[in-house]
Amino acid sequence: MTHEVFRSAPPKVKPFRLNTDQQAFLLFITILLVFLGLWELGANAKLFLPIMPSASQTIADLWFWISNPFFDNGPNDQGIGFLLLTSLRRVLSGFLIGTAIAIPLGILIGLSPVVSKAVDPFIQILRPVSPLAWLPLGLALMRDSERTALFVIAITSIWPTLINTKFGVSNVDPAYLNVAHTLGASRWRIITKVILPAAAPNIVSGLRISLGIAWLVIVAAEILLSGGIGYFVWNEWNNLKITSIITAILIVGLVGLLMDYLFGVLQHRVSFGQRS
Amino acid sequence: MQSSASKMALPSLEPPVAHLTLQGISKVFPGRTGTVDKLLRRTSKPFVAIADIDLEVEPNTFVSIIGPSGCGKSTLLNIIAGLSQPTTGQVSINGQPVSAPGPDRGVVFQNYALMPWMTVAENIDFAVETVYPSMGIAQRKSIVQDYICLVGLRGAEAKHPHELSGGMKQRVGIARALAINPQILLMDEPFGALDALTRGFLQDEIERIWEQERKTVILITHSIEEALLLSDKIVMMTRGPAAGIAQVLDVPFPRPRRREELDQYPGYHELKAAMEQHLSYETRAVEESRVRK
Ligand SMILES: Nc1ncnc2c1ncn2[C@@H]1O[C@H](COP(=O)(O)OP(=O)(O)OP(=O)(O)O)[C@@H](O)[C@H]1O
Ligand SMILES: [Mg+2]
Repeated sequence: MTHEVFRSAPPKVKPFRLNTDQQAFLLFITILLVFLGLWELGANAKLFLPIMPSASQTIADLWFWISNPFFDNGPNDQGIGFLLLTSLRRVLSGFLIGTAIAIPLGILIGLSPVVSKAVDPFIQILRPVSPLAWLPLGLALMRDSERTALFVIAITSIWPTLINTKFGVSNVDPAYLNVAHTLGASRWRIITKVILPAAAPNIVSGLRISLGIAWLVIVAAEILLSGGIGYFVWNEWNNLKITSIITAILIVGLVGLLMDYLFGVLQHRVSFGQRS
Repeated sequence: MQSSASKMALPSLEPPVAHLTLQGISKVFPGRTGTVDKLLRRTSKPFVAIADIDLEVEPNTFVSIIGPSGCGKSTLLNIIAGLSQPTTGQVSINGQPVSAPGPDRGVVFQNYALMPWMTVAENIDFAVETVYPSMGIAQRKSIVQDYICLVGLRGAEAKHPHELSGGMKQRVGIARALAINPQILLMDEPFGALDALTRGFLQDEIERIWEQERKTVILITHSIEEALLLSDKIVMMTRGPAAGIAQVLDVPFPRPRRREELDQYPGYHELKAAMEQHLSYETRAVEESRVRK
């Protein structure tokens, strides 16, 4: 029966339709072109300060930086690749230091209500402090600017990981703990085999936020330092080269996006269908 | 399947024989009576969930507990499992008082409680390794494999729980509870979250597994047919608060039992009628007391 129906229907030409992704991409391109067009018009009509470049100048300069990322003519004239490597090295070092403090501490306060209550006031007071406020203190404590940058990155990337780790550890589904208890599992076995894997999605989501913040902070912290993308921004502002600054903004954004994507993949890998 | 069942019992252990005794068990949940609660006007009175429960369970009998919802069945089972302490009374196994959870009692949970980050095999292996830490890895592997076969999950060893259907998840839960060779198997509405067909299928599986590996089993259920199919004894509880045991019924049907032939056994209809009458009376009383509140 159904076969007959299928066969008797005249073969229709499928109307040309874009799927959601294609539509979104078209819209994306349209917004981008409109934005660039308005920018070009505005610059040509001298609506902005004279130092503001036009869109076409900016794109040409962007191409210059991207097409030749690895040159090194001394500390004030490096390719964008070297600048990025310097910044990434600092961010990752600071982030690792912060993580090495945040995860163990988060586990400890997640497991022990006493430690949690004792440490909570410190966390609540220190957490909202602006990263920039740590700079002078860091300099005073660390005495040199390189270590100050690591200090600031480390301290700002502690909080999300710490709080998420604590949340994950203290909110393990009691069903899993009951299973372990009925088997007579030791405390250590419960922590390593049940609590930590159960908290892993929360921990990774904390790491993801922390790394995002660390990357946000590096541009500000590097104004103090030599080398790196933040220093580049400061230097090019002194040269009044806005095109370079816009390039830096785009590159910082893209690298941040990539790092976030990688952590998203990791988060998916440790979730196993759990909410995270 | 038959051949794998013969080597199922662990060589190092005696066949489990457990005589479970409950003496004067009651559980009172403390109300909120603190000063802060008083200030916030959210005090509540202590709640007597179950009171004075005495029960003897002979070795290798299958006992079902049935009662109106909210009467305290889970509370009682958690006390037997050692996950919760009785306010008064004593649980003992073979005359030894027990007050903490232990691997002599295997528990099957209603919501499966499988670790999502472990595969089917790892979930079972976690239990075996926890209970027998000094066992060699080869022996552990073979035990895990035996129980995966026993519950009919061969081929799904490497799957994670989120890839399994509810029925398959509960098979893993059953395999995990049995793999540690407990003396007593405790099950709290193990099929409550499953659809009717899967539930019936797993009930048949439990009957088949129990024929292969007799154990003392305590099953909490809402289903009269399930209790009649599986049990040697059915414990009917009264409604709460202060729920107790109303009556213990013997189910003398021969085994192995078949669901299709169940209603031909003499006495089936009388037993069923008695249970229906008890449950509907208690449930009506619960509902009426709620209306009057
Ligand atoms: N932690 C607790 N604190 C206070 N009251 C509780 C607590 N746990 C259970 N109760 C109460 O004890 C009574 C018995 O609960 P329990 O879960 O044992 O019932 P149940 O017979 O298993 O119910 P169901 O058929 O819904 O599974 C209920 O009235 C419940 O509200
Ligand atoms: Mg219950």
